[in-house]
Amino acid sequence: MAAKRSTPAAGGKTNAKSNVSPDELKKFYREMLLIRRFEEKAGQLYGMGLIGGFCHLYIGQEAVVVGLEAAASEGDKRITSYRDHGHMLACGMDAKGVMAELTGRIGGYSKGKGGSMHMFSKEKHFYGGHGIVGAQVPLGAGLAFSDKYRGNDRVTFTYFGDGAANQGQVYETYNMAELWSLPVIFVIENNQYAMGTSVQRSTKSPSLWERGAAYGIEGEEVDGMDVLAVKDAGQRAVAHCRAGNGPYILEVKTYRYRGHSMSDPAKYRTREEVQEMREKRDAIEHVRQLLLTGGHASEEDLKAIDKEIKDIVNEAAEFSKESPEPPLDELWTDIYADA
Amino acid sequence: MATEILMPALSPTMEEGTLAKWLVKEGDTVQAGDILAEIETDKATMEFEAVDEGVIGKILIPEGTEGVKVNTAIALIGDAGEDMSAAPTAAAPAPIAPVAEAAPAAPVAAAPAAPVADHSPDWPEGTPMKTQTVREALRDAMAEEMRGNDNVFLMGEEVGEYQGAYKISQGLLDEFGAKRVIDTPITEHGFAGIAVGAAFGGLNPIVEFMTFNFAMQAIDQIINSAAKTLYMSGGQMGCPIVFRGPNGAAARVGAQHSQDYAAWYAHIPGLKVVQPYTAADAKGLLKQAIRDANPVIFLENEILYGKTFEVPDLPDFTIPFGKAKIARAGDDVTLVSFGIGMTYAMEAADRLAAEGISAEVIDLRTLRPLDYGTVLASVQKTNRCVTIEEGFPVASIGNHISAYLMQNAFDYLDAPVINCTGKDVPMPYAANLEKLALVTTDEVVAAVKSVTYR
Repeated sequence: MAAKRSTPAAGGKTNAKSNVSPDELKKFYREMLLIRRFEEKAGQLYGMGLIGGFCHLYIGQEAVVVGLEAAASEGDKRITSYRDHGHMLACGMDAKGVMAELTGRIGGYSKGKGGSMHMFSKEKHFYGGHGIVGAQVPLGAGLAFSDKYRGNDRVTFTYFGDGAANQGQVYETYNMAELWSLPVIFVIENNQYAMGTSVQRSTKSPSLWERGAAYGIEGEEVDGMDVLAVKDAGQRAVAHCRAGNGPYILEVKTYRYRGHSMSDPAKYRTREEVQEMREKRDAIEHVRQLLLTGGHASEEDLKAIDKEIKDIVNEAAEFSKESPEPPLDELWTDIYADA
Repeated sequence: MATEILMPALSPTMEEGTLAKWLVKEGDTVQAGDILAEIETDKATMEFEAVDEGVIGKILIPEGTEGVKVNTAIALIGDAGEDMSAAPTAAAPAPIAPVAEAAPAAPVAAAPAAPVADHSPDWPEGTPMKTQTVREALRDAMAEEMRGNDNVFLMGEEVGEYQGAYKISQGLLDEFGAKRVIDTPITEHGFAGIAVGAAFGGLNPIVEFMTFNFAMQAIDQIINSAAKTLYMSGGQMGCPIVFRGPNGAAARVGAQHSQDYAAWYAHIPGLKVVQPYTAADAKGLLKQAIRDANPVIFLENEILYGKTFEVPDLPDFTIPFGKAKIARAGDDVTLVSFGIGMTYAMEAADRLAAEGISAEVIDLRTLRPLDYGTVLASVQKTNRCVTIEEGFPVASIGNHISAYLMQNAFDYLDAPVINCTGKDVPMPYAANLEKLALVTTDEVVAAVKSVTYR
């Protein structure tokens, strides 16, 4: 089976596509901005010592989850790695609950017992938040297995990075997912650096989506700085899976502006490289320009959205400081479910 | 109004750092994301970015200053034209999470506060019995549970068309079809993860490992994904799954195929661990495992598969976890074992009886939760204990029981507890060496004589 490849528009500048209305464009702007401002605030709280441990920010990659959530339907599932704050906000989880988990408080999604890398919401079909690189890939295929077993048409978005793409369990999973026609979309968020190791320094086969062809899995490369292109590709992937054609791979080319985690000195890339992406390819600025030049929104409209987002994030930060630490008896709960 | 820029914590362990270099000066306008300064942490030199836009009003800590504590004000930022020279220096300190008081120590999460021995019968008196092998009992347990719950399915290598590498799943494909009896490729890591995901999705998978030696490929999914997710999700996301298959030494298959993993899995909070000896226990405990809402490690043994026992002829019976069985009552010494270790324990008890030593033999049956009450009550009666298992000696189940008895029955012990285990060597192939590497009945008898001073 030949894998196919979508062609990103010249220069990566995609025009507003017919599949997106002005309202939806505004929604994308709002959702991407929420993730960015949330993450900036998380970085700030980390600097103040309110968030501990590892904290992996999603700044720069916002278009990936926002575009793919636009292609999802109610009941679809999603699972990802430890760089998970953006995924949670994009699927509708409450910013307060996410931030309070980051500060380790009882108001967090895991009652403060999971932290940045381990959060879940059954209600929003968000299955984590997993701290072991690549482990979420078979888990995601297993979620898809449960839907196929039940005979419904749900799909599971299984996100992983370019680093995880070299894990053996990913290929074990590709093999079984295609063998059993599991409705799983493998989303490779290729931000070009696995911690500090670039794709070029990790593999001689840098086109990650094409590896699926060895297992008969179709896929494509997507411009991950263009939320419209991401939604468009997401819709193709969802249609493929829902129709019972088995898995699909999206390699979404994106870029993380911040370090791998908060303690990353970023010596493996130049400041100029980061600055160039921010200035020329920023996903939020792209949508902002589409809204303004298309006459869909005024500067004032966007300022109002900015203000609204700032309020949500400030409220989340306040909640995350005021929510108490978990009571001490929480140490001993949730180890076993009632048999 | 001017706000303070505080010395940031830039790594999980940073308490103070050196303000190496300012990249802005007083009066500069900055945007969110602009680099303000370079800070040397305990790990590296880091760039410190602005989180808000504004004008740098006053630099409070000059560059080159060492030992600047986290959360010290290092500069002021405000709006253009604002006078920040007189900004309050005693601004409210950053809120720091209150430090919780030390939690009360509890050595083992699952340990009951006051262990009680439950000696109730596993099935009603007068129940008709039938003779079955362990193999047949395991198959019947799975078949019965699969008939009762459509969400139960079996997956593993050769479980379907081959009818099971050790014939445990014989006939299941014919009865339940390929949707529920699933042959996998030889990819333990991958299919264990898929099964855990299916359990997160609400199904009840039974994963057969051809042997638990191969589960080493999958142990990350078993421990990090299956066992820990309920806790990490604050109770939201459980994992009702059974991992089962033969464990421990078979015969003459060498080091890589002959390891007992009982102690490994029993170490992990979030797992339940079962290692049955008899066919009746195999059946009742496997049915219980499939119904349990938690991940269960079900350790079988190839040598026991063909052994026959009496099994209650009941349409449905289960055996609860955490309930040991007194396999033989006695007064002089307590032998504690489980799984195939029971073979040596029972043989030893027979030989000791012939020499006038009355041994009480306890079959633990489940290792997590562990029935401390039954062990404690027996040792309080006999005042002596010998443990028997095939696994390696270091950090063994026997070691754990010894420690428990030392802490909880010190005044009752008339002799040190002895652990009879496999030897501290990889399993050799040669027949004579293999026999020597395993625990032997002779060793159990000798240990009992030692603790009874005979």
